[in-house]
Amino acid sequence: MTEDWRPAAQIAVLHRRAETLADIRQFFIDRGVREVDTPLLAAAGVTDRHIEGLREQATGRWLQTSPEYAMKRLLAAGFGDCYQITRAFRAGEQGRRHNPEFSILEWYRTGSDGSALRDEIVELVEAVLGPAPVETRSYAEAFRRQGLPDPLDATDDEILGAATQWLSGPRPIGLDREAGLDLLLSTCVVPDLPSRCFLVDYPASQAVLARLNPTDPRVADRFELFCSGVEIANGFVELTDAHALRARFAEDQAWRRRQGRPVPAMDERLLAAMEAGLPACAGVAMGLDRLIMLREGADSLEAVLAFPWNRA
Amino acid sequence: MATYTTNQFKSGLKLLLDGEPYSIVENEFVKPGKGQAFNRVKVRNLKTGKVIDRTFKSGESVEAADVMETEMQYLYNDGEFYYFMAPETFEQHAAPLEVVGDTGKWLKEQDICNVTLYNGEPLSVEPPPHVTLTVTQTDPGLKGDTSSGGNKPATLETGAVVQVPLFIQEGELLKVDTRTGEYVSRAKD
Repeated sequence: MTEDWRPAAQIAVLHRRAETLADIRQFFIDRGVREVDTPLLAAAGVTDRHIEGLREQATGRWLQTSPEYAMKRLLAAGFGDCYQITRAFRAGEQGRRHNPEFSILEWYRTGSDGSALRDEIVELVEAVLGPAPVETRSYAEAFRRQGLPDPLDATDDEILGAATQWLSGPRPIGLDREAGLDLLLSTCVVPDLPSRCFLVDYPASQAVLARLNPTDPRVADRFELFCSGVEIANGFVELTDAHALRARFAEDQAWRRRQGRPVPAMDERLLAAMEAGLPACAGVAMGLDRLIMLREGADSLEAVLAFPWNRA
Repeated sequence: MATYTTNQFKSGLKLLLDGEPYSIVENEFVKPGKGQAFNRVKVRNLKTGKVIDRTFKSGESVEAADVMETEMQYLYNDGEFYYFMAPETFEQHAAPLEVVGDTGKWLKEQDICNVTLYNGEPLSVEPPPHVTLTVTQTDPGLKGDTSSGGNKPATLETGAVVQVPLFIQEGELLKVDTRTGEYVSRAKD
């Protein structure tokens, strides 16, 4: 008889999960940050190079890969500080630390102070995981500490050479500079980071929707938080320039076309909102399932999900 | 040419890498949230047993190795080859001595074994988990001693030597666990 109707996580874990969700909501209520709920299905998807959306068959609408665009439209309309706890969907992402459907906590603070947002992230993480020292390291510094080439200045050949050396074997077919950096980051750099660590100043090529740093345009005002080697949060001081964003989307589309990948249309409603004026703001997306996984001392998301992909 | 994409990866899947057959031991999906996804796998070379790490970009296609695990009946050996027969097709396969290796000492004629075929040729042979074999040589034990501890070596009909209780006599049938190489019990014919 099939047993896969049962939850993968223990009931006690799911009870604690419910408490954590309530605590997080209280955290934001105490700070005057309002909860929002935006559609899971939207007319436009994302052009991100390495995120594949899922589409609803009957309407062709896209399941959100994060609530970012809808929340930015609210910010542009004057909503003010806001947070959301919702589900996001990314095709093909499945493993110990990935489930194609996952819980995301995303919040935005008006003003362009990334370090104030990082402080707030630390408070939230400490509320869930308990206190621990937090270090901050630049992306380049973290690479240098592993004896890797400087990700900002090294040539493509140096980056790819370092990837080959690190793998001590053949490197994946079609590895380009950015993929080489991603490979080194997740397999060489992250496992050696301090147990709670912000990685800041990502290379401008990986800015995504972050603004470039006003004093050093080689880097973006993008940061990530890693806890015990697990990527927990990704934050930006947001790009507010609609034209620059359109150009980035166009580059993503061109890259996708060259790769023979599907080329989703740009989200014109987001671009229109940005043209109307996105206030200076900083925002962060946090993987809630992973955070709860760490709180439970588990090493797989299945331990904290009621019904992971293969039981859903 | 059959291929697998990385999203089909799971342990036990057989891949052809650099012209050699491998079996996936472990598959890990790694991906920075905004970045390129990879599958990092540990694979075992099915010829040498050596385990190596390989990294693929997720979505990449990898050639499948034509590896099949089949149940076959062991027929006999001629000192150079061990002969097996597929029970349904009666097709016979000859496995060279070096493929059978140490496993040969557990192979009794008529027994059903797991034979792994690579491009139709035997790559490895696994005996049944338990075999029943006759003792061909062992020193006489203590008469009437059926309980007290103590072991002695016994040679079985296939040449295997196992430790048995002192009361076991030549000519008896024994049940042996081939995974541990240990005596389990006496067997009734």
